[in-house]
Amino acid sequence: MESDSVSENKSGREAFWRANKRLIFVLLSIWLIVSLGCGVWWIEWLNQYTIGELPLGFWIAQQGSIYTFVLLILIYAIGADRLERKYGVEE
Amino acid sequence: MSLALLEAAADPSRPWTFAFIGITFTAYLIIGWRSRVRETRGFYVAGQGVPAIANGAATAADWMSAASFLGMAGLISVKGSDGSMYLMGWTGGYVLLALLLAPYLRKFGQFTVPDFIGTRYASSTARIVAACCAIFVSLTYVAGQMKGVGVVFSRFLDVPLEAGVIIGMFIVAFFAVLGGMKGITWTQVMQYFVLIVAFLIPAFAIARILTNGEHSVPQSAFLYSDLAERLNQIQLDLGFDEYTKPFTSESRLNVLFITAALMFGTAGLPHVIVRFYTVPSVRAARWSAFWALLFIAILYTAAPAVGMFARYNLLNSLHGAKVIGVEEVVASDGQALRSLYRLESPKGVDLNWAYNWQSTGLLSFDDIDGSGTISLAKTSAEATIDKDIIVLSTPEVAGLPAWVIALVAAGGLAAALSTAAGLLLVISSSMAHDLYVQFIDPKASEAKKMMVGRAMIIVAICAAGWFGIHPPGFVAETVAFAFGLAAASFFPAIFLGIFDSRSNREGAVSGMIVGIAFTAFYIVGNQWDTIFSVTRDAGFVRPWYMTRWFYGISPQGIGTAGMLLNFAVTLVVSRLTPPPPKEVRDLVESIRVAG
Repeated sequence: MESDSVSENKSGREAFWRANKRLIFVLLSIWLIVSLGCGVWWIEWLNQYTIGELPLGFWIAQQGSIYTFVLLILIYAIGADRLERKYGVEE
Repeated sequence: MSLALLEAAADPSRPWTFAFIGITFTAYLIIGWRSRVRETRGFYVAGQGVPAIANGAATAADWMSAASFLGMAGLISVKGSDGSMYLMGWTGGYVLLALLLAPYLRKFGQFTVPDFIGTRYASSTARIVAACCAIFVSLTYVAGQMKGVGVVFSRFLDVPLEAGVIIGMFIVAFFAVLGGMKGITWTQVMQYFVLIVAFLIPAFAIARILTNGEHSVPQSAFLYSDLAERLNQIQLDLGFDEYTKPFTSESRLNVLFITAALMFGTAGLPHVIVRFYTVPSVRAARWSAFWALLFIAILYTAAPAVGMFARYNLLNSLHGAKVIGVEEVVASDGQALRSLYRLESPKGVDLNWAYNWQSTGLLSFDDIDGSGTISLAKTSAEATIDKDIIVLSTPEVAGLPAWVIALVAAGGLAAALSTAAGLLLVISSSMAHDLYVQFIDPKASEAKKMMVGRAMIIVAICAAGWFGIHPPGFVAETVAFAFGLAAASFFPAIFLGIFDSRSNREGAVSGMIVGIAFTAFYIVGNQWDTIFSVTRDAGFVRPWYMTRWFYGISPQGIGTAGMLLNFAVTLVVSRLTPPPPKEVRDLVESIRVAG
């Protein structure tokens, strides 16, 4: 590479941080909607529907939200790995 | 609780209990001996060499306490739908931890949470405030763990509570003093497997029994069997709300605030955060958060199923049971202690366990109307059931073999000891590393630092043991305090320290102080009577500060408001004062990116 490696690295770092913040924002929005939204605020409305033999809101509050949390962290771990490779900022 | 009487309840399982506890304790001691360390990096952060998946298991054991293992399913069973605030609150925090805190704190890579706050805000004041909060939060928590150890010993092995606590102290002291974080980590990994197996075997068995063999997995029995519908019907018949009906114990706003306070508090608890300092890389910190929550979720998704099954089973088998005999238990001085009811179920269920558990005092009957049958209807309530027996009695209710009961005892001990060890390390590192070495003897040699660290662990263990034997009446109340405090102090300070480079010392210190002061004032005001064991006359008018004056929010949920206040104060004050120095801005730049 002929360009200055330090400044190139700097732009990579900044681009990574922007993309990382975007990913976090999307995942935490889902986190908020599922937990405090579906699990608490809209639970009564969701309870008019059923999943299996349970009211939907009740199942989300006691099971579905926890599965979602695990999935969100998994997606972030994979996503952040990819972003680090894409912007060349791995350890 | 009368221990001699308990022998009857636990007797066939006694040899098994001795065997399981003997084997697991020996294993913990061997692991502790093999992981002994000689330097502070090994002592405080396990040499940063713990693989992601092992750290996940250790974090899960660190997190799941005696209360998660023994108490949570019972709590959910009593609260019904509203029990979800604990389920979501104690798992949802890991998303915040994994996305917002853990990877960056690992990149920062020191020993403690006060290390980060002190360095990021270039302030000894911030460091001292953080260290004191860490000590307070961890000490309130650890008292409950040591008591849990004592209770399991006294229930299952007929050892006095004090002796049980002391045995527990000795075991923790051995691996924590020798191996520090390294010893604690590898024993926690093993303790995770002990506790999860001990929780799942009875959970699978009771699911199978109640669904007549259709479902073995508790989570699927919960979802696909008609148990919820049958339980709802029983609850309605007895005059209660449906089990799946939300907001029966707290308002919607309060459930929201409590859930949020538990989530942000979880993310801010120092004993959980420091676990992420022990992995080799930033990438490993993210992956170990995933493993941790996966391991935790296995128990946390089974617990609501166990809670529901146990409630169904108790109501279904005890309501309408015929009294076939009452034995009066009389103390040596002739005073009546309690009545033991022998019951027979018209449905043909074996109720021998109900007879056995009465001798613990955690289950009692009183045929008030003299009808010869036990009624559990809301208006008569002829049985008193302590929520703590839900998990412990499940194996007997389900008619499982004696060794399963012994396994549950070993699981409860693993849960309590692993959490206690993690908390003790935070207390000792706050005292030795953040306070002593920083402010009293900054030139201490490595050997001296190690000696102080080990000494402080012993001090912390003795304090925890003392609180375990003489529990202050306010332990239960102060757990709400621990979460509220962590949410209102640590979470905003760490989060803004990473994501807002403009946040400075003035902002963070004033934000933490306002957040803590507001939260503490509200909780202490509301729980003044229980904390200080005050009794009031009937005519006592509570002054405004002893009521839920902030929009009726419960003291358990006030941490959320304290946290929002902390955010507001930090952001505003930081922008009215000079920006942080260049070294701090460079530090923020460097921790944001792994490479």
